[in-house]
Amino acid sequence: MARAVTTRRKSLNTILAWVIGLLIFFPILWTILTSFKTEAQAIASPPLFLNFDWTLENYAIVQERSDYMRFLWNSVIIAGGSTILGVIIAVPAAWAMAFVPSKRTKDILLWMLSTKMLPAVGVLYPIYLLFIRLGLLDTRGGLVVVLMLINLPIIVWMLYTYFREIPGEILEAARMDGATLKEEILYVLTPMAIPGIASTVLLNFILAWNEAFWTLNLTAVDAAPLTAFIASYSSPEGLFFAKLSAASTMAIAPILILGWFSQKQLVRGLTFGAVK
Amino acid sequence: MYLKHALRAATALTFVATAAAHAQTITIATVNNGDMIRMQGYTDKFTEETGIDVEWVTLEENVLRQRVTTDISTKGGQFDIMTIGMYETPIWGANGWLVPLDGMSEEYDVDDLLPAMAGGLSHDGTLYAAPFYGESSMIMYRTDLMEKAGLEMPEAPTWQFIREAAAAMTDRDNDINGICLRGKAGWGEGGAFITVTGNSFGARWFDENWKPQFDQPEWKEALTFFVDMMNESGPAGYATNGFNENLSLFQQGKCGMWIDATVAASFVTNPDDSTVADKVGFALAPNSEGVDKRANWLWAWALAIPAGTQQEDAAKQFIEWATSKDYIELVAENEGWANVPPGARTSLYENPNYKDVPFANMTLESILMADPQNCCAQPTPYTGIQFVAIPEFAGIATQVSQEFSAVYAGQQTVDEALAKAQAFTAEEMEAAGY
Repeated sequence: MARAVTTRRKSLNTILAWVIGLLIFFPILWTILTSFKTEAQAIASPPLFLNFDWTLENYAIVQERSDYMRFLWNSVIIAGGSTILGVIIAVPAAWAMAFVPSKRTKDILLWMLSTKMLPAVGVLYPIYLLFIRLGLLDTRGGLVVVLMLINLPIIVWMLYTYFREIPGEILEAARMDGATLKEEILYVLTPMAIPGIASTVLLNFILAWNEAFWTLNLTAVDAAPLTAFIASYSSPEGLFFAKLSAASTMAIAPILILGWFSQKQLVRGLTFGAVK
Repeated sequence: MYLKHALRAATALTFVATAAAHAQTITIATVNNGDMIRMQGYTDKFTEETGIDVEWVTLEENVLRQRVTTDISTKGGQFDIMTIGMYETPIWGANGWLVPLDGMSEEYDVDDLLPAMAGGLSHDGTLYAAPFYGESSMIMYRTDLMEKAGLEMPEAPTWQFIREAAAAMTDRDNDINGICLRGKAGWGEGGAFITVTGNSFGARWFDENWKPQFDQPEWKEALTFFVDMMNESGPAGYATNGFNENLSLFQQGKCGMWIDATVAASFVTNPDDSTVADKVGFALAPNSEGVDKRANWLWAWALAIPAGTQQEDAAKQFIEWATSKDYIELVAENEGWANVPPGARTSLYENPNYKDVPFANMTLESILMADPQNCCAQPTPYTGIQFVAIPEFAGIATQVSQEFSAVYAGQQTVDEALAKAQAFTAEEMEAAGY
């Protein structure tokens, strides 16, 4: 009897999880569906779900109007570069905070996180002026640095949380075996924290991929990533929903595929240390 | 021998110079709308004629505004041409941020630009941006529903008639709203519409001493009328409807009347997108009885050159090409007269081919009727019709329009919104030193 109840509860949980999952996914699904409609079908009332004449016209128009591959390549470089640079800086920082904490470690962590609370537009002008001086406007290098700095608090926090789960005795043993600090971090700590580092990398790659304030404001032509590509199809005066949806689908497709293949690592990393 | 060397050197220099000319590239920031996208499609012709390459940065209107404002105010130099509107041009011109567009060629015929447009894009008599297309606002209505209601739309109706017609055309059972108007917060969205509605009831933003006027009876009358009419005959949730939402409703046959930008006329009469394309009539924007100002605005998307660009000559060449009579002919030849950029040149409205376009005359009449120097029934210290051409306006009007949208959503009363608008505007203006 008890077993039957458990099975029923399991089924209910599964159904509930699917319903919530579908609800969260619905806007993306709707965007994908709209991208295959004509502009008239996109605004039809009542909305058309699957019963419309599917067309690839919007993709053809978007492809003709914009150099998708240039935007995509810029997104890959900017998101990838800022993530890698962030991890390189954050691993030693998180190591220090996790294994040799000081009295102020908690305060420093909180202070780092508090920088995320500052509205980005508040520092737009200073950063813009700095970029002009340094010749970094509309360069991928400049954006890599800015996005790395923006995401650094999250990277440090995540890695700090993962590192704290690793027993300090293992590192101590490595030290006693003669490992230098560099070797300790590279050959002992990093391999043990791979799931955590992987999920940190993935999450920050997604955050950098989706970042739409700095990438729009600090780029023009050469370094414009996919966020600028999408913004070029949005209009308050004219109905371009189908084309905008096609552009959005093309922009999120790479990250959806990446997320799909790495979901195991992502979930594992995010729940790492949640249950002891 | 020397001559031979000299000739070689000259040839080499010519090649270098030619290559440099071909390598010249200008970067243009622009908005995403039908006319601008169409222009991008013809850019190759400009490159063929001049050897100048063009890079486009197309952005959504509000993003573009923020982007180009940041760049021009910091002298970032990211763009050689910026697409800006009537609000920014006189302010930026006065700041010395734009290159004056004098010395245009004779063929360009600068005197052919519609005076209202040229005036709105000038500061102290100097043109700072060339209008690519211009618009006013007017009434677009369903002729079949009007007939069914037993009414006839006058060419120049009053708000009182519009309210009566809207009530008569409303058919809730069939999901038809008598009237669709902007209620969405934002100075360029619902804020623009309620400002011109206020003008047509005799209201104004500021008196001659820059004192806000929301505590005056004209504003209360205008806002109360608007809210009552929309509650009677407008669509549900109109507080969040802007241009696109109303365009969608009208094209789906769910609006009896829509008062909005004249450029919408080409959308609602396009049979590919609109289900009511052959049943649309046009009339002048309304006024309240006894007020000689109508609820029509004036706007232009124009091309301007930021001061400090390294490519001033090439940028001027492009602007001459894109806003010329020849460009209009080029579009007409390839895509028909209904698709040419409207509202910029007088000659377009004298062209017999364009006169056949059903909305051409009403568009011109609406544009000619709008006077940015004299927006309101009472005297004002500012220029602009749906905006006040001061840098503080965008921020103030966004906040005020949010208060008004809260009234449309039923979250506060007209009196509460007006009191808040008055207090906020007074505070901001005082802080700005007015």
